[in-house]
Amino acid sequence: MVPVDYYIILSAILFTIGALGVLSRRNPLIIFMSIELMLNAANLAFVAFARVYETFSGQIFVFFVIAVAAAEVAVGLALIVEIFKSKKNINIDEMNSLKG
Amino acid sequence: MNSELIVFLVLSLVAIATALGMLFSKNAVYSALFLVLNFVTVAVFYLLLGAPFLAMSQITVYAGAIMVLFLFVIMLLGAENLKPSNALPWQKPLAILLSVILGVEATYLLLARARSSLSVTSPDAALNTMDSLRNMAETLFSQFLLPFEITSILLLVAMVGAVVLTRAEKGAAK
Amino acid sequence: MHLSETINTGFYFLAPGLVLVPLLGLLINAIFGKSFSEKMVGTVASLASGTAFVISVLLAYSVSINHGHTVSVPFAEWIHIGNLKLDWTFRVDSLSATMMLVVSGVGTLIHIYAIGYMHEDVRFKHEEGRFTRFFIYLNLFIAAMMILVSGDSYLMLFVGWEGVGLCSFLLIGFWYEMDTLARPSWANSNAAKKAFITNRVGDFGFLMAGFLMFWHLGSFQFDEVFKAAPAIAHESPWIIVAITLFMLVGVAGKSAQIPLYIWLPDAMAGPTPVSALIHAATMVTAGVYLVTRSAPLYTLVPQAQYIVAMVGATTALFAATIAVGQYDIKKVLAYSTISQLGFMVAAVGMGAYVAGMFHLITHAFFKALLFLSAGSVILGLERGHHALAHHGHDDHSKGKKKEAKKVESGHGGHDDHDEVFDPGDMRNMGGLRKTMPVTFWLYMAGTLALAGIFPFAGFWSKDEILLDAKLHFTSIYWQLSIAAFFTAFYMGRQIWMVFFGEARTDAAKHAEESPRVMTVPLMVLAVLSVAGGALNLPFEGFHNLGHWLSYTIGEVEGLPLNLGVAGISTVLALLAIFISWLIYGRNPLKTGQVDPLKKPLGFVFTGMENKWFVDEGYGVLIIKPFKWLSQFLADVVDWKFWHDFVHDTVIAGTYNWISEVALSRYADQKGIDAFFNSWGDFTNWLSGNVRKIQNGFVRSYALSVLLGVVLILGYLILK
Repeated sequence: MVPVDYYIILSAILFTIGALGVLSRRNPLIIFMSIELMLNAANLAFVAFARVYETFSGQIFVFFVIAVAAAEVAVGLALIVEIFKSKKNINIDEMNSLKG
Repeated sequence: MNSELIVFLVLSLVAIATALGMLFSKNAVYSALFLVLNFVTVAVFYLLLGAPFLAMSQITVYAGAIMVLFLFVIMLLGAENLKPSNALPWQKPLAILLSVILGVEATYLLLARARSSLSVTSPDAALNTMDSLRNMAETLFSQFLLPFEITSILLLVAMVGAVVLTRAEKGAAK
Repeated sequence: MHLSETINTGFYFLAPGLVLVPLLGLLINAIFGKSFSEKMVGTVASLASGTAFVISVLLAYSVSINHGHTVSVPFAEWIHIGNLKLDWTFRVDSLSATMMLVVSGVGTLIHIYAIGYMHEDVRFKHEEGRFTRFFIYLNLFIAAMMILVSGDSYLMLFVGWEGVGLCSFLLIGFWYEMDTLARPSWANSNAAKKAFITNRVGDFGFLMAGFLMFWHLGSFQFDEVFKAAPAIAHESPWIIVAITLFMLVGVAGKSAQIPLYIWLPDAMAGPTPVSALIHAATMVTAGVYLVTRSAPLYTLVPQAQYIVAMVGATTALFAATIAVGQYDIKKVLAYSTISQLGFMVAAVGMGAYVAGMFHLITHAFFKALLFLSAGSVILGLERGHHALAHHGHDDHSKGKKKEAKKVESGHGGHDDHDEVFDPGDMRNMGGLRKTMPVTFWLYMAGTLALAGIFPFAGFWSKDEILLDAKLHFTSIYWQLSIAAFFTAFYMGRQIWMVFFGEARTDAAKHAEESPRVMTVPLMVLAVLSVAGGALNLPFEGFHNLGHWLSYTIGEVEGLPLNLGVAGISTVLALLAIFISWLIYGRNPLKTGQVDPLKKPLGFVFTGMENKWFVDEGYGVLIIKPFKWLSQFLADVVDWKFWHDFVHDTVIAGTYNWISEVALSRYADQKGIDAFFNSWGDFTNWLSGNVRKIQNGFVRSYALSVLLGVVLILGYLILK
């Protein structure tokens, strides 16, 4: 017997750690990983609720999330490679051409 | 305290520890490896929650494909370690503060909205059979057929996009 | 309508033709005049006037067969405002018919004469347009004069009154760009303006009379006014007095009475036919007609009548004295006209309307004759002068020199330039009896008629006035008698100076007779001047005019011939002619000789020569202050005060101050501008600071997103 609350709390903790990683790390690869971590946290909550409510929708949603994450990573990493090719650097603090 | 709960708690600690490890590792390779471990832990949670297919997907897609890709890129770019910079000095403390608040808020909200009386038990052996997988497949290919097909298009587009992005430009090659 | 019927009932329906036919004539000339020859233009104009005369005759016939009944011929709706209903109606009665006959009859003769005259006028330089224009003006004058005499109301009369005034202005200034001697100058225009402005003063009087009339008597229509007048005169006679006296101002303006006569001598600047037609025979008698027409009003107020008579008598005497001192043949006649108009005004003022009208008619005959003959004389001299100049005669320059000397000695009688030969100056004439015999005899007929010698027309008409004066106002009688004496004297002087003696210039020596187109109308006028008295002989049964006019102005007592009055006037006239013979005839004026009257009379003659300095007096009393006032108004009030001070300083200055200082500097620059500038500065500052948020770091954007999430979640929790 595991109260569903525990899963929720775990999900929240993992999500918070992911968010912190996005915000505090300068390596775009690690930021990417943190995003994956946040997705996983959300997935965990989905599956937990799916289990509680005994429906497949949550699981299927997680399935889609995994697929989208794969696509996202493929494109994202390609972008990072491309940035590196043009700037010889991937430090995110040096990517501020959006500055107004 | 039953065994399930013990397993959950232990695995929770592992998950949190690996997440923090990923967060605090100086070396990006370590971060990636910590994350692999984290993903595997989550996959075990999926098994506990009666989603074996997702657990397998998690391990193959995430821990396998995605994280290998990460490692590959890290090593390709030599981006294991980045020079420290002091841009945005206020970013990190503010990020920690806000993240903590977010965690508290999210927890509170989820708990407040969820029915705390519910709890999950680990599934029986019967549930862990292929029935669950079959049921899910039926749902996926009937009720969610269209999103499924769109997902395949999405993957194709991502694949083509990645190829186009990383291809050496003809002009630049000269 | 059958002719026989018409003959029995009258030709009243023709009345509008009086105005329309001359208008038609002028329209034909105005539209087709360019392709007409001079003769054709003159013929059209004369035919138009002649047709008007025929219509006048037919109307007079109609009046006579209808026993003098006044017939109103409605022609057009004119003014309908509230209770005021005023139509253009032709009034045909014995008085208006008389005036129509005089106007169109004399007018036609003068039209014919003008065909010859205008062609020869020294100022006419064979401009076809000018020639046509002259006849257009003449026809317009006939039309306007017909409106004046045939109008059924004072307002209609006023329309004609203004119309003839306009024609007078146009014709006096006909040679507007030159003076009487064809030298470039504005003298003629100024004369025209003088006439017009002086008449304006008179018209003001007429208008005031009209306003008072409408206010108190409620109408302009003759019959209605006369019907309403007695009651008003009974209640408040001053109204009628005011009306009649204001009317007198109008009469003084139009008929050249004191104090507004000054325009008439200057009006001689117009072509001579104009002087004859407008400024002797017809237009100037409009005042006399007005008083006669208004007889029912004047009869109500004897005081006003007396004033009218005094004005007329004074004018008669005053102008006669001036005429004695004039050298210009036309100026003499002009003052004579003023004097004779004085006679008429005095007559109608005394209530002797028949005598006044009688004199008006005879005067129209003989004064038109005199003016036209004078024109003939002038042209004769002109021809002589022209012939000399043409043949390059040696004497010519000498003659001119003599003239020059003479003009100087003539002491300001003229403002002539001494190089130009003045064919109108009597001192340049003399002995014309031989060179221009026809004109001489015609002139003699006119002179004797004017001087009042038995049995010429002037004798009868003037004696009738004198007789009326003798019976009613002795002082006026004496004034008029002395005026008659002067009349005979200056006419005698003129005859001796012009036609007798030796030619004082070569031009006079070579003067030529005028063509028949000019002399034939003069002969007709001469016959009328001789026999015109037959209209109203002072014998029982012969008061034809009196009987005729009595249809309109009521029964008039036909006075029998008073041998005393007639004798005295005849003796006076003959005596005057004899004296003039003593002075001018016995010892004819020599070339360059000073007027023989100058020595014995001294400053009196100087006064006569200079028209008693009336023009100068007006100049000092009215024109100079007026000019000063206008100058003051223009320079000081308008320019300095209104323009410089009010507009420039006050209005523009205030405006400038408001716009530059108050609005621009303070309100706009320091207020509005400053507000918006600071608003802009603030925005600038704000954006400068806010843009720092856009630091380009994705992480900090993510942080913002997180902040947003935290806040939203916090809100959901606390909700």
